[in-house]
Amino acid sequence: MTASVIEATEFPDLAARYRVTGVPKTVVDDRIEIMGAQAEAEFVLQALQATG
Amino acid sequence: MPAPDHPRDISARLAALASPVRLVFFSQTFGCDTCFAARRVLDQLASLSEHLTVEEHNLVLDKDRVAEFGVDRAPAIAVAGAQDLGLRFYGVPSGHEIESLVEAIELAAHAAPGLTDESLAALAALDRAVHLQVFVTPT
Repeated sequence: MTASVIEATEFPDLAARYRVTGVPKTVVDDRIEIMGAQAEAEFVLQALQATG
Repeated sequence: MPAPDHPRDISARLAALASPVRLVFFSQTFGCDTCFAARRVLDQLASLSEHLTVEEHNLVLDKDRVAEFGVDRAPAIAVAGAQDLGLRFYGVPSGHEIESLVEAIELAAHAAPGLTDESLAALAALDRAVHLQVFVTPT
């Protein structure tokens, strides 16, 4: 598992592509979107769903 | 200082690093208004630990390094310890992101994810790599 932190205002093209309307927003494998700061277990669950 | 809120805390955490971490920084000469500011933050952090070093590469010219670290824009920061765990930051770290960067440095130094046993057990079931992109704004 790898992770990139992206400063949205410096990269507006990425913010637009991933429809970033609020932060933090996490995109898992280009398809699953997680809004806001969530519990660790939620990120684990979504990572598993991304591969499922 | 990079983190006006808790400069001493960050100093102590970075000074306590037990193994080397490289901040592999990718800049480009044209079209990167924030590269200089990003480099300055990294230099400030590196001054706080003998184990923390900054190396700079050109995103356009240093193709081998770009391929090695898989970065595609600048400013980009790869945080790499003995292993490269795939931790990247794009843009100038500021505010709370300094904290995130310091955490990434600690992760890279200790090569331990700091997750619960439950999370580690669940993630062990992953059968392929998963990439997280976390969008943030300056705070």
